[in-house]
Amino acid sequence: MDFFIEVLVGGMLAGVMYSMVAVGFVLIHKASRVFNFAQGAMVLFAALTFVGLVERGLPFAASLLTTLAVLVLLALLVERIVLRPLVNRPPIVLFMATLGLATVIEGLAQAVWGAQVHALDLGIADKPLDLGGVLISAFDLFAAATAGTLVAVFGWVFNRTRLGLRLRAVADDPLAALAVGVDLRRVMAAVWAAAGFVALVAGLLWGARLGVQFSLSLVVLKALPVLIIGGFSSMTGALVGGLLVGAGEKLAEVYIGPLVGGGIENWFPYVLALGFLFVRPEGLFGERSVARI
Amino acid sequence: MGATRGTTPLLQVQGLTLAFGGVTAIEDVSFAVQRGEVLSIIGPNGAGKSSLLNLLSGVYAPQAGTLTWQGRAHRRFAPRRVARMGLARTFQNLALFKGMSVLDNVLAGRSLYGRSRWWAHAVRWPAAVREERAQRQRAEALLDAVGLAAWRAVPVGQLAYGLQKRVELARALAAEPELLLDEPMAGMGVDDKLALSACIVEANRVHGTTVVLIEHDMGVVMDLSDRIVVLDHGRKIADGPPDAVRRDPAVLAAYLGRAATAVH
Repeated sequence: MDFFIEVLVGGMLAGVMYSMVAVGFVLIHKASRVFNFAQGAMVLFAALTFVGLVERGLPFAASLLTTLAVLVLLALLVERIVLRPLVNRPPIVLFMATLGLATVIEGLAQAVWGAQVHALDLGIADKPLDLGGVLISAFDLFAAATAGTLVAVFGWVFNRTRLGLRLRAVADDPLAALAVGVDLRRVMAAVWAAAGFVALVAGLLWGARLGVQFSLSLVVLKALPVLIIGGFSSMTGALVGGLLVGAGEKLAEVYIGPLVGGGIENWFPYVLALGFLFVRPEGLFGERSVARI
Repeated sequence: MGATRGTTPLLQVQGLTLAFGGVTAIEDVSFAVQRGEVLSIIGPNGAGKSSLLNLLSGVYAPQAGTLTWQGRAHRRFAPRRVARMGLARTFQNLALFKGMSVLDNVLAGRSLYGRSRWWAHAVRWPAAVREERAQRQRAEALLDAVGLAAWRAVPVGQLAYGLQKRVELARALAAEPELLLDEPMAGMGVDDKLALSACIVEANRVHGTTVVLIEHDMGVVMDLSDRIVVLDHGRKIADGPPDAVRRDPAVLAAYLGRAATAVH
């Protein structure tokens, strides 16, 4: 039983790492119905920039603030240069734009900082803690707490503040939002800046876990099943989806894996997501679209 | 401004022209909207009513003409500034936040008001909390006034069409506009039309809101309006009090066709 709990908890904590990336998607999708494929590239860019600055001798805090400023600037530029001119285009056009953008940002990040793998130390020891007989990684706990805080704060802003109300208004009907005096540009700038911040947090935690390297931008692929399961525009969904994916893949690996020769951890989340698409296509917490015919 | 108030119209439209490619939707239209009046713009289908409304709310930019708002002339109204200037509008085909509740829709209509920043809300700063409560009270009062209180928590997308129309009016009124541009009656039943008319009259009589109504059906607006402007094929063909407009031969011809003029 202890072993089961250990696998379950370990999986859920790993899953929270996926949530962190998913939160960046949810932010943008909620406000503009854009699936921002470049979120992963932003994660890579953030981690590379931070490591690059630290390796050049900048103190930890200064590197963090500089990276944050760079990321927010990058996000604002993306919104201004790429997405704003494409406003009112079909979703697939916007998606293709972010797909191209991902490649550009990945290339840019490596052109500036090089393509070799860097180690990133956040000063949090990755050693197991013994909690009532269950071994849990301290780093995972820290990451989970960070992701939980992010989700709580963003969820609260969305649902309880005027900024959130405006955001939801813009997402729902931009023309109507404009007519009631919502400044679309300010709202979109706020959302993209926040997405830049999330990319930084995710980049640091993932970078510390995997090493800072190109494959960081592929964490988007792990965020995808999380989003399908949780719903594309729900903060809570991003968290719960992450927990389900994390727990699901680890349990499947441990208990089903041996029966089929192992290595199912990597594709199991997509099977789970596929199942959700059949049964509940809007995800657990997604907005069920009401269509009148 | 104080001295000229009363004589300066709230809105003056001069020589407004709008064309889409070779098709002229609005041609050299001029009229004025006086403070505190209910002005209806009517005309047969395709007369250019909606185009005119979209010019007034900044969705379209005119090719020629000026829009003078409270004595200041503009080439066009910038869509992002229209709400701030004090214009609120409804839409012919509804533009509501369908996923949000009735109350949230009306609160969104008040997005111009309130000074507190989001972080003040975040830390439950007393001034921010007071403000939020005041906003909520105003929104609730509006819902009572238009008879929507019972639906306050219902997502707008689930309401019947007539009720949605009322939500849209409430959202526009929530902005406490100087001028309400309303396209209220399209596709509505008699009961809904009466309920909406009552709301519009109340906004005008009680709160002094100036109202411009866009309407296809002449009968509906006769009792509501102080003045009526009639459009046909993008041109203004009449402008005056309801009784005069009702008897105007050009108006009769536009609505009833050439046969009527022959009899006349």
